[in-house]
Amino acid sequence: MLEIKCPYCGKRSQNEFSYGGDAKIKRPELGKEISDKEWDNFVYYRDNPKGKHSELWHHISGCRQWFKVSRDTASHEIFKTAKLDEDL
Amino acid sequence: MQKYSIFSLIKNSFSNHQNWEPAWRDPELKKEYDVVIVGGGGHGLATAYYLAKEHKITNVAILEKGWIGGGNVGRNTTILRSNYMWDANGLFYEYGMKLWENLSQELNYNVMYSPRGVINLAHSDAQLNVFARRGNSMRLNGIDAIMLSKEELITKIPFADFSNSARFPIFGALMQPKGGTARHDAVAWGYARGADNLGVDIIQHCEVTGFDVQNGKIIGVQTSRGNIKTKKIGLCVAGNTSLLASKLNMKLPIESHVLQACVSEPVKPFLDHVVTFGAGHFYCSQSDKGEMVMGGDLDGYNSYAQRGNLPTLQHVLSEGVAMFPNLSRLKMLRTWGGIMDMSMDGSPIIDKTHIEGVYLNCGWCYGGFKATPVSGWTFAYTIAQDHPHELNSKFRLNRFHTGHLIDEKGVGTKTWIG
Repeated sequence: MLEIKCPYCGKRSQNEFSYGGDAKIKRPELGKEISDKEWDNFVYYRDNPKGKHSELWHHISGCRQWFKVSRDTASHEIFKTAKLDEDL
Repeated sequence: MQKYSIFSLIKNSFSNHQNWEPAWRDPELKKEYDVVIVGGGGHGLATAYYLAKEHKITNVAILEKGWIGGGNVGRNTTILRSNYMWDANGLFYEYGMKLWENLSQELNYNVMYSPRGVINLAHSDAQLNVFARRGNSMRLNGIDAIMLSKEELITKIPFADFSNSARFPIFGALMQPKGGTARHDAVAWGYARGADNLGVDIIQHCEVTGFDVQNGKIIGVQTSRGNIKTKKIGLCVAGNTSLLASKLNMKLPIESHVLQACVSEPVKPFLDHVVTFGAGHFYCSQSDKGEMVMGGDLDGYNSYAQRGNLPTLQHVLSEGVAMFPNLSRLKMLRTWGGIMDMSMDGSPIIDKTHIEGVYLNCGWCYGGFKATPVSGWTFAYTIAQDHPHELNSKFRLNRFHTGHLIDEKGVGTKTWIG
């Protein structure tokens, strides 16, 4: 079982969290003209590395905060967690 | 090739079965091939088989970094079905069902196709309506589908919880009678033997490390056992597709996730059909050895580890116990995980790419095993003819750009739900 350190609550077991995917995705700015390609990239294309991956998790059965996790997708080692406005 | 029959069995019994030929050769890697298939799983082996058989392209290599049948083709829950509503899926998988029906004869290898019927339970009137709609769509596409009442279900799966006090009472079901199971290892070995017999080189323990692309065309493949020249390559590497595609500077609408399955200790015949739970994600069947074969949800986060975590397994099996309460008395024998190539709309991609000579077969999500024959058949056509067959004409890579998604159940990776 993963043990994830919520930046607000500390280390908790995996069942308290839900996964939110690639943390590098940025929604295109509101009102800005963008191409279909940029929009497709935002909606459908994600980083899918084997190794270090930055991702979003939600402490859904805890403080209900979203935060960022740097995790290895092959070994499941968690390197670091951070609040959304902090750098990983 | 040594043909398998009652006569060859009797003949070999006189020599204590010591003189059977190997089912396939262990050839040396050649310097050049007409087509290189990356990935010696079910889809790769089937692709090579149909390339040789249907399109007479026999100078083909299958490169497998592990061993034949060691990946997802040996890790699934062996379910076959074509109970899809959208035409693109229904017609594709139904063609696959027709291939399954004759596969043992075609390959001279018993794949133990067992059309025992796939039953999808419904737990509300609304769900029954949805299933009736799906069943009608299936029938319009020539796929067998029947609705079962609760009374009919009681005779078919008497051990399910039919009480009204169940958390999700059973209202009825949709059944595809021709759906069922097959022996997964036999499928891999049968296709390997068939392809090898037609001249295909199966190279095990050979990892692809890079590609040679010149002027937008593929000209070669770099492997752990040397470089090969080729004009066409087909990628059939399931959960590792993104990694190989990144070596071609391609980013794909795919995430790799781990999906677990498990089997219980063997028990006497208890369940004649494949049954799925309609109020969650759980499916089970009983193997010929008597084990209950069960599976359900993804672990839910990106993973390249072929092992899963306990919370998901607990969640999946709690659904199983809700459906068949007496499952709670069984001991688990084994659990394992496989890496799924989850596409963003939950449907596969069988297509050409922008690089000439590079073909893509991926995005199988939970359901690659049942598609093994038809995936190989259509992918072989796509590689040989350099354009998709009508059956896979909707499974294009550019559908995420054009908006022609095949969102059968809105599954996929669920990244937008969070």
